[in-house]
Amino acid sequence: MQPQSVHFKRRAAAGLADAQLQSNMRRFGGRFAAARAKVVGELDDFEGTRTAAAQARDRALANLDVWIERFEREATRRGATVLFAETGAEVARLVIELCRRHGVRKVAKSKSMLSEEASLNQRLEAAGVQAVETDLGEYILQLAGEPPSHIIAPAIHKSKEEVADLFERAHGRRRTLDIPQMTREAREVLRSHFLTADMGISGGNFLIAETGSVAVVTNEGNGRMVTTLPRVHVCITGIEKVLPTLEDLALVMRLLPRSATGQSISNYVTVATGVRGPGERDGPEHMYFILVDNGRTNLVGTDMQEMLRCIRCGACMNHCPVYQTIGGHAYGWVYPGPMGSVLTPSYIGLENALDLPHAATLCGECGVVCPVKIPLPELLRKLREKQVDRGLRPRSEVLAIRAWSWLAQRPRLYAAATRVAARCLRFLGGGRRMIRHLPFGGAWTKGRDMPAPEGRTFRELYARRRADSGQ
Amino acid sequence: MRVGLFVTCLVDLMRPRIGFAALRLLEAAGCEVVVPGTQTCCGQPGYNSGDRASARALATKMLDEFEGFEYVVAPSGSCAGMIRTHYPDLFRDEPVTLDRIRRLCAKTYELTDFLASVARLDAVPGAFDGTVTYHDSCSGLRELGVQAQPRALLARVAGLELAEMKDSTVCCGFGGTFSVKFGDVSAAMAEKKCANIAASGADAVVLGDLGCMLNIEGRLRRGGDERTRVLHVAEVLAGSESGQ
Ligand code: SF4
Repeated sequence: MQPQSVHFKRRAAAGLADAQLQSNMRRFGGRFAAARAKVVGELDDFEGTRTAAAQARDRALANLDVWIERFEREATRRGATVLFAETGAEVARLVIELCRRHGVRKVAKSKSMLSEEASLNQRLEAAGVQAVETDLGEYILQLAGEPPSHIIAPAIHKSKEEVADLFERAHGRRRTLDIPQMTREAREVLRSHFLTADMGISGGNFLIAETGSVAVVTNEGNGRMVTTLPRVHVCITGIEKVLPTLEDLALVMRLLPRSATGQSISNYVTVATGVRGPGERDGPEHMYFILVDNGRTNLVGTDMQEMLRCIRCGACMNHCPVYQTIGGHAYGWVYPGPMGSVLTPSYIGLENALDLPHAATLCGECGVVCPVKIPLPELLRKLREKQVDRGLRPRSEVLAIRAWSWLAQRPRLYAAATRVAARCLRFLGGGRRMIRHLPFGGAWTKGRDMPAPEGRTFRELYARRRADSGQ
Repeated sequence: MRVGLFVTCLVDLMRPRIGFAALRLLEAAGCEVVVPGTQTCCGQPGYNSGDRASARALATKMLDEFEGFEYVVAPSGSCAGMIRTHYPDLFRDEPVTLDRIRRLCAKTYELTDFLASVARLDAVPGAFDGTVTYHDSCSGLRELGVQAQPRALLARVAGLELAEMKDSTVCCGFGGTFSVKFGDVSAAMAEKKCANIAASGADAVVLGDLGCMLNIEGRLRRGGDERTRVLHVAEVLAGSESGQ
């Protein structure tokens, strides 16, 4: 996916102006958050589990190279091949090569955000390979020609009416708004793809080092089909997804579904290990892992490393008031919401996503809900600091902040300046005591009034009061 | 108890009456209150804009002005939160100052937190004839755990009834410089808050931070609501909400 994050402002405005999107967001808004709130009490010690999960992820990241090597060894021992890709383009090149080697003409895909990073579908198509998304949400978006707007509910921005239109056009059947009927229709279409695909491509929620396995978590069962039915299975995932042991997997799985959708457990949790063994009836003949860097090692060993703990649950965006107001497409790349605002600049370059670290009120809710305790607001603030350090902020902004600080360090001057400001602003407020157009503050007063000050500063009034009382 | 009152820059400029309300409440709680005359800003704008040097300069100034008090109290969750949760980060590489900062943090409180948890104010002077709804401002809530304290105090205001709104803990969209960098997004977020306030049926929305106050009041008025009052919790508790 080509990053569009430099256009955040424009895209956010488009999101605000899109009545359909706004109505869809309103309908969905808060549903995942409410579901999560209901189930956190199921665990005796949710907070303690968060701490333990954060520590487990930290353990894996502290010796990432060691665990990846272990994973590679164990996976290879079980008949899989482990490949590495540095960039998205390299992912696509490797997959196309595998398609050639195994004579693949059709690929069935289950959800993989990494394939979005790699623009894999477009690149496969260009190479003459048909890719079919089998996650219902991703399938809808493939029909619509749109990128996901949420990491676990990719088509959350679409209403069922919009989906019905897409299905009618693609399937040539009578339009229906009955959701069970619609999903049955999609199932029927997808079933034949599962059976005729030569290759299955999946993402991977976690890699297990001690067994060389991949864990795939879904609610639709398509992940299980993709990893077992076609003769070749390719799992594409980030290098940071490794967990040392199955026990670690059990730990984070107590948090992932609860934080994501408010489920105690997802419908399907697959742990796929190795190729089909002799005498076994299921499983692929060939299994490949493509472990992708694409910017991740930039974070290892830095003050941003905590971000790599992310288990892609989506809780931060479900609870983000900004995301809930503008939708996921505004963020302009694969990952939206708070985690996206940290990841995108880290992966594609600070200068290519200048607005994202600022596109947050730092309300703190994302940090409160993150199952692996990533201090997202702190990381956003650090990115802001890096922008300033690298001279990437507009000069006017930098100077304004410095001027404020300079003034605030000079109490007498500050007192005089605020005296004047209080009076001027009071005057602008008129009889209503509301400022409708704030000079130099048009961005505020476009959608709101600015309440006028009382007219005197506290400092003045307090000094006078003390003088009056003879103190 | 000798308390240093940090009025905050926004109260100083925009709403002095909130500063006086805080003063009155602290005195009602039996504190000896001092208002250092050279105080200005805690450095939050610089800190949140990525300008650590600016933030550090103002934090040092705060430290010099306030470290001598037994307690430091501010009628703002975000300013008290700035000091308590973020100052240590600003001085993480300066061990000597960091020690002083830690001591400052330990005695810095948001007003309602201080009144309820430290000073244990039993009788509040204020009276209010009507229903209010309480908006939980982000920093106070998530950085300092201010949630039960203002409600407990409001419950002691004669005549006041509390009607909780939906999503009272969701951000109003202010976010400091966010409100002007992304003015339209910010206003749309404020509008959601206003809709929840209206749905609560309250006569007034009460809150503990000036930024949210200006944002919510500005959006209510622009939307044509001239009736719903927007009050700082200190004004309601002190009974000076009619203005002085
Ligand atoms: S940052 Fe935390 S809350 Fe957000 S997706 Fe990752 S794990 Fe989930």
